Amino acid sequence: MTDLAVSERAASEPRAARGGRRLSRRSRERIAAGLFLAPDVLGLALFVGLPMVVCIVLGFFQVDGFGGYTFIGLDNYRRMFADPLFLGSLKTTLLYLVVLIPGLFVVSLALALLIRQRFPLVGLFRGAFFAPNVISLVVIGLIWKFMLTDQTGFMVRLLGFFHIPSPSWLGSPHIALWVVVAVTIWFAMGYYMLIFLAGLQDIPREYYEVATIDGAGVWQQFRHITWPLLKPTSFFILLTSTVSMFTGGIDLLYVMTSGGPANSTSLIIYYIYEQAFVYGEYGYASAIGAFVVAILLVWSIGLFTLTRGGRFNDARD
Amino acid sequence: MPATDPAVRPRNRTVHKRLWVRFAAALVLAVAAIFPLLWMLSGSFRKPDEVFDPSLVPAHPTLHNFSYVLTQVAFPRYLLNSLIVAVVVTVVALFFHSMAAYALARLRFPGRDTLFVMIFSTLLITFPVILVPLFLIVHTLGILDSYAGIIIPSIFNAFGIFLLRQFYLSLPKELEEAAIVDGCGYWRVYWRVVVPLSRPVFAALAVLFFLANWNAFLWPMVVTTNTDLSLVQVGIAAFQQQHAADWNYSLAASTISALPTLALFVIFQRRIVESIKTSGFK
Repeated sequence: MTDLAVSERAASEPRAARGGRRLSRRSRERIAAGLFLAPDVLGLALFVGLPMVVCIVLGFFQVDGFGGYTFIGLDNYRRMFADPLFLGSLKTTLLYLVVLIPGLFVVSLALALLIRQRFPLVGLFRGAFFAPNVISLVVIGLIWKFMLTDQTGFMVRLLGFFHIPSPSWLGSPHIALWVVVAVTIWFAMGYYMLIFLAGLQDIPREYYEVATIDGAGVWQQFRHITWPLLKPTSFFILLTSTVSMFTGGIDLLYVMTSGGPANSTSLIIYYIYEQAFVYGEYGYASAIGAFVVAILLVWSIGLFTLTRGGRFNDARD
Repeated sequence: MPATDPAVRPRNRTVHKRLWVRFAAALVLAVAAIFPLLWMLSGSFRKPDEVFDPSLVPAHPTLHNFSYVLTQVAFPRYLLNSLIVAVVVTVVALFFHSMAAYALARLRFPGRDTLFVMIFSTLLITFPVILVPLFLIVHTLGILDSYAGIIIPSIFNAFGIFLLRQFYLSLPKELEEAAIVDGCGYWRVYWRVVVPLSRPVFAALAVLFFLANWNAFLWPMVVTTNTDLSLVQVGIAAFQQQHAADWNYSLAASTISALPTLALFVIFQRRIVESIKTSGFK
């Protein structure tokens, strides 16, 4: 900071005397940049960067209540891999992502392909698909909890009308996770649909016109034009949806299932929340948090390497 | 046949037919997509004993649920809290992010690209992951259970900086350069030239920030224990937990909290859509 103050003085002097204009302008520009950036850079450092560091450091400590921090080395990590509830939630999370990410991808892409052409009311349809996304996950969770109520809920009545017996949607450990997956897809599809639409708009219309003249069918056009040219968008969506789905959705779980029944919807991120704010295990929760970041880092780097930074400019295609 | 849209240029009957198939499919799916929201709306007008009736239109619609949650529960307080938090975060965030983005897009200083990459990479650190350490930091700062504790950590995110930087890079430089030649300092260039030019992108980002903070649940819940500071989503979740059977009230509260967000979306749809599209990297 003192450096800045000194150079500011140095810069303000030649401003009056017009002679040293070039030099003064350059240093004034640097000072201005520093001041413009200061609030956000400090804020990001204090409320994003520092927590990340604290998260990693705390992973090596045991924290009791608010006073005592005891260094315990790798004990939290040893505990993680001996904790059946953690291992269970790791398995649940992987299962959840393996179904959710491709599901979300396919549904959003299908919606984008459906409404990419202009036809009457297309703007309205686009709005309808996106509408759930502007509502809070708490309310989303409540709506579905209400619609999926056992015996009297809308879904039970609807299936009953077709003489299909309903399971206990949120009460059965084999089904609750898939309900959460379905609700999440419904909630998030509009957002990813818009990103796919942006990618589709970048594909020149002439390609399709030529393909049509050449007699290529819908599937062939998709396979040889849309899919290859959409790869950067697909890459972006795979990357961002995994990060946000891996670490998001606590609100929904909190409202709809509280991680149950029988821990069947206890995703890792919910388990971290529970360990920290229900059991006060801040150190253990931080260790799991650091583990999640490590997984995401490996996933992101892996995806980048595999696809050459999303450009896919390898020999295969 | 309504397919007179020049963008479509239908050549023959099969194209018409395909378009109608698309239209029908989109119609069915769109109705299915918003049906749960309609069901919430309809539930909020129902009497307690009719709340599970299987008809979309309530048999005996009533406003009682709304007057109950607005008078018998501290719901107006929650709404006010959310409004304060969302507005303050939005205004401060736009101000800070646009300053930072302007510097990153226009000013020359050593380490600019490194700094941008560092800021951009914080996007990988999502909020729930740093929830625990952030809570401890905010506790150390002594601002647990305060508006400051809810607001300040919610301001900083790289997404806004990134989007504004993209926008500033696309602006022509001439106006700013003219102002500098005229003797304007960088602050005046920013305030008099850049900010007025930013209005459209500010509008879009303001809506996104407002929505995110209005809908926020996890952080406001964790950082406050005093229910006078509860934000609307925290209030709704707590009410539903305590009155699990009173769906008519919970749905009325949900409707009240969802209506402003839906209204903002309808009004600013085009802007929101554009800014989400540009957030996909190119």
